[in-house]
Amino acid sequence: MIGAAAGPRWQGRLGLGLLLAPAVLWLGALIVLPHVDLAVLSLRERVGPRHYVASLAQYRTFFTEPLYWRVFVRTAVMSLLATFLTLLLAFPIAWIIAKLARGRWSSLLFILCLIPFWVSETVRTLGWMILLRESGVLPSLLVKLGITRTPVELLYHDATIMVGLIYTSLLFMVIPLVSSLESLDNALIEAAYDLGAGGPTVLRTIVIPHAAPGITAGCIVVFMLTLGNYITPTLLGGKDSQWFTEQIYNEFIVRFNWEQGAAFGFLLLALSTAMVIVGLKLAGQRFGDVMRRT
Amino acid sequence: MIPSLPRTRWLRAATGGYLIAFFAFLFLPLVVVAVFAFNDAPYPAPPWHGFTLDWFLGNSKAGRVGLFGDADLLGSIWTSCVVAAWVTALSVAIGTSNAFLIERARFPGKQALSVLMLAPLVIPGVILGISILAFASRLAQFIDDAFGLDWDVLRPGLPLVVCGQFSYIATIATLTISARLRRFDRTLEEAALNLGAGKAAVFRTIVLPYLRPALLGSAAISFLMSFADFNTTLMLVGADAPLTVTMYGRMREGATPVLNAVSLFLMLASALLALTFMRGKRAPDAG
Repeated sequence: MIGAAAGPRWQGRLGLGLLLAPAVLWLGALIVLPHVDLAVLSLRERVGPRHYVASLAQYRTFFTEPLYWRVFVRTAVMSLLATFLTLLLAFPIAWIIAKLARGRWSSLLFILCLIPFWVSETVRTLGWMILLRESGVLPSLLVKLGITRTPVELLYHDATIMVGLIYTSLLFMVIPLVSSLESLDNALIEAAYDLGAGGPTVLRTIVIPHAAPGITAGCIVVFMLTLGNYITPTLLGGKDSQWFTEQIYNEFIVRFNWEQGAAFGFLLLALSTAMVIVGLKLAGQRFGDVMRRT
Repeated sequence: MIPSLPRTRWLRAATGGYLIAFFAFLFLPLVVVAVFAFNDAPYPAPPWHGFTLDWFLGNSKAGRVGLFGDADLLGSIWTSCVVAAWVTALSVAIGTSNAFLIERARFPGKQALSVLMLAPLVIPGVILGISILAFASRLAQFIDDAFGLDWDVLRPGLPLVVCGQFSYIATIATLTISARLRRFDRTLEEAALNLGAGKAAVFRTIVLPYLRPALLGSAAISFLMSFADFNTTLMLVGADAPLTVTMYGRMREGATPVLNAVSLFLMLASALLALTFMRGKRAPDAG
């Protein structure tokens, strides 16, 4: 229809222009220009009222102030750990859905996995808070069972943040894993088994190489979402959550130091992008293919 | 291991145990939220004090403000609905246009443009939020300096929230709709053209009905994602807060079970939307 040989040339041009305009407006006004602006913002320093000079001061502050880069490294390490644990937890369920369960059972289990993610993260976090806080469900259950004498506070620990992060990430790991495992031919596994391979060998030499695209896609998405998460670390981790997105928020909204906030934003973006690239390189895949998979 | 291979009893038991534990983990938080919406106590915490509907129906006279008496919460539900409606309409419209651009048009730089379209999905929501906030504020400053006009649209508020959410939800709509357009059999279109139908008629009677499941699906997804968005919204929100931001504020302070009530309402509403969507998807013409 558009760009087709039929019709006069100017008509095709007009059609193309009409299709290009919304896309260019969307990407230009909401993605490209704002990020250029953010970059400019992060590379300047306020020297007086409404007077700015170009400088690297914001980035220097980040590297010289231990609090900032410690939170940055902490966020990165915890996100990596959360990604890995999510993969471990999601793999068996994906295997059960793709290989063990049959027909209706398989789709039922898959839909059961989807349901919690139809409601917002806020609601799910509320559930964890009711379960884990000192006056909550699990601490009082522990007292009833005689495991602890008094209710213990299960909120505001790093482990709590980790549980919350894994919980919100599961779906994004399960979906790509299921779709990559479903395409694995059972005959390959049977053949390996007949030839005497045990479970671990089959997993290492057949299943993981085949599922690698799905694993990469899942890991990239989960890492990105975890790194950029705000609500889970701040609510489940309380005052000591020390998540990097929280620092960006503080600089921007609380302290109104936009230059510093912009620099933090770029550092987070750089880390996230670097991880995406490393992930793709490791699995030898292209960006577009991965995104279409999820 | 797969069903056609022998499995030990131990392995079967472990699989069953894992399934139970996994789904308990998945559903426990939601069940707890739902159950404590009906607890007759001022805090959503055990022990169970008996069943009540106060957290839905109560008003200030009764001493307990229920969901339907909480003007603040009801207002933010409405705000969320308005924002989500805008985001959905914009995303589906641009998603359709982008689908034709990617699947049908030929122009230099197309490859780069389609990769750029995916970028919003790999930019953390918080950064989308602050970059749009900073850019809008610079624009506002520029318009003020150059023309002496004060454009409120560019200050933090609902129009910016819509822009922020739209900036990445548009990508999802684009992917969904162009995936369906890619599988379209173009001979149908050619046949209709041969039989004398105009381009507009072909679009209306053949292409659009074919795309319908993807359009409805991406509308449902856009609406749900907009309703659930927090990261981008938090950075761009003004005086009127959408529901997630209002709930977040109250959760920090330690709220009454009215939050459980609103959460239960959200669960039911999104389940309803998702089920309708999946019924539509199961229809024979869907692919």
